[in-house]
Amino acid sequence: MLSMTTAPAPREITTQPRRSDRIFRRVVTAGGLSSLVILSLITIFLAYRGFEVLRQEGLRFITSSQWSITTDDAGNVVESHFGLAAMLVGTILCAFIAVVIALPISVASALFLNFYSPQWLKKFLVAVIDMMAAFPSILFGIWGFLVLMPSAEYWAKILNHHLGFIPVLKIAPYVVTRSPFVAGVVLAIMIIPIITSVSREVFSQTPLDRIQAAYALGATRWGMIKAVVLPYGRSGVIGGAMLGLGRAMGETVAVFTVLNIVFQVNWHILLGAGGNVASLIILKFGEASPYEIKALMAAGLVLFILTLMVNAIADLIVKKTGKSGR
Amino acid sequence: MSSLSARGIHAWFGKHHALEDISLDFAPGTVTALIGPSGCGKSTFIRTLNRMHEFIPSAAMAGEVLLDGKDVYAPGTDVTKIRLQIGMVFQKPNPFPSMTIGENVLSGLKLAQLKVDNKDDLLEECLERAGLWKEVKDRLGAHGGSLSGGQQQRLCIARALAVKPQVLLMDEPCSALDPGSTLRIEETIRHLSESMTIVIVTHNMQQAARVSDHTAFFLSDGGPGHMVEFAPTNEIFSRPKDKRTEDYVTGRFG
Ligand SMILES: Nc1ncnc2c1ncn2[C@@H]1O[C@H](COP(=O)(O)OP(=O)(O)O)[C@@H](O)[C@H]1O
Ligand SMILES: [Mg+2]
Repeated sequence: MLSMTTAPAPREITTQPRRSDRIFRRVVTAGGLSSLVILSLITIFLAYRGFEVLRQEGLRFITSSQWSITTDDAGNVVESHFGLAAMLVGTILCAFIAVVIALPISVASALFLNFYSPQWLKKFLVAVIDMMAAFPSILFGIWGFLVLMPSAEYWAKILNHHLGFIPVLKIAPYVVTRSPFVAGVVLAIMIIPIITSVSREVFSQTPLDRIQAAYALGATRWGMIKAVVLPYGRSGVIGGAMLGLGRAMGETVAVFTVLNIVFQVNWHILLGAGGNVASLIILKFGEASPYEIKALMAAGLVLFILTLMVNAIADLIVKKTGKSGR
Repeated sequence: MSSLSARGIHAWFGKHHALEDISLDFAPGTVTALIGPSGCGKSTFIRTLNRMHEFIPSAAMAGEVLLDGKDVYAPGTDVTKIRLQIGMVFQKPNPFPSMTIGENVLSGLKLAQLKVDNKDDLLEECLERAGLWKEVKDRLGAHGGSLSGGQQQRLCIARALAVKPQVLLMDEPCSALDPGSTLRIEETIRHLSESMTIVIVTHNMQQAARVSDHTAFFLSDGGPGHMVEFAPTNEIFSRPKDKRTEDYVTGRFG
């Protein structure tokens, strides 16, 4: 006889956690959510304070490059123009230069520390790099101003001479001091420690059996690194670069010290004009009228969104170019 | 085909003397099984043969390993060339997960910067010899990690074969595998031994009996590991000269 059995509905599976587990769960949940809450509060604050300016300027806020405010004797705003285009370009340009310079240096030093350096030197260098990470950024800025800038003209001329066919490296008159290039170099030095530490950490976790597999096939050390360590560490290194990029985009003091803040879109990295959003804020904040402060808040919001976007795009690139080595 | 000989091999890990005075000749085209209880130094010994031993920071060794009469530890030797001639398959299958099946097989060429005329032929030949060609020929572009454990191990064998080694070292290649895969790999080993010299460490007595021509029994009784007996495999299993060998192969200890 044929009997029809109906499959039972899946059971709901539950467990009664212990009291200590429940408490711990609440503690870590609160910790986990706190950064989200803080971030949201800041965003809301910026949006709230900047709303008036954003509404008045509309899209011009990010497409124009004029920043001026006129008030009458009573302190009322007569006319105002707020446009961030030059600062946004400067932000992206300086941060991008910084990452382009810092990434290869950081990866190379992480590889050196993990696979080539003798133990004593490794300890010493790691301590130095950690110290560099904790160094106040104003000191990097001053160093850039006093040391890098006088010699920057020399470097820029070399770059311009050999790579002048690339549009961004071409300049007619030499106004190279205080250029995005110099700022980018200062930022690069600032973000090398973070990218190096992250890279070193992921490289050191490369599974030993894969390393051995490569060596057993007659690999040279460099061959092994290319085939095993770099694919394994790739996503981690990109994550480190993103951290560095975020820091470079938000850096204020160092850029402020080095760059000429000029409200004019400048893609020529050797030309002494530019600025970034964060340095604009610090430049204007001290003597800003209440209305201009609102504009600066809006600028902060835009910077925040830009950072988010860059991170999202980078994330997408990582996922798209997939082929994870893990 | 190349001959391989170990002469008076000792090995240390720091102060720990792990291996004492091993001398063994591996005749060309034969399969030699290394058996013995855990910790008696089989892996250590096999790793001195292709100079993988020296990766462990505190490791030291003494003695000579002669490949066609030439000491692989001689000063001025390029160790990467030695490892090209003496290939190795590990206990745990370890294909490169970032590479496809095809790339895995040919990875040794890239790693050692070797050139070959026809990669497709080499790819097919190696997979064929490793007994994996039929199963993967339609998905050479899939990732190595998408294979079963036994297939992954055969992929690792194919990978080792691609650089044309004279000798193949296998350290318990089947201990992580199911019986079916184990049999496939044993078949592969028998085939390969027609064209190369093979040294295999195994915990499995039947496996040693099935695949090997000679068997060496290693033992460590508290002190450093040493070789108790080395003889044709059927003799080791039917009439061992040493009492300890007999106890071990009949399963009375170990
Ligand atoms: N990386 C290592 N560091 C220190 N001691 C080790 C290491 N590998 C193996 N040994 C020691 O060497 C001896 C032989 O080990 P091994 O060759 O792995 O034995 P087997 O493969 O026969 O089980 C053991 O006493 C083991 O503890
Ligand atoms: Mg072992």
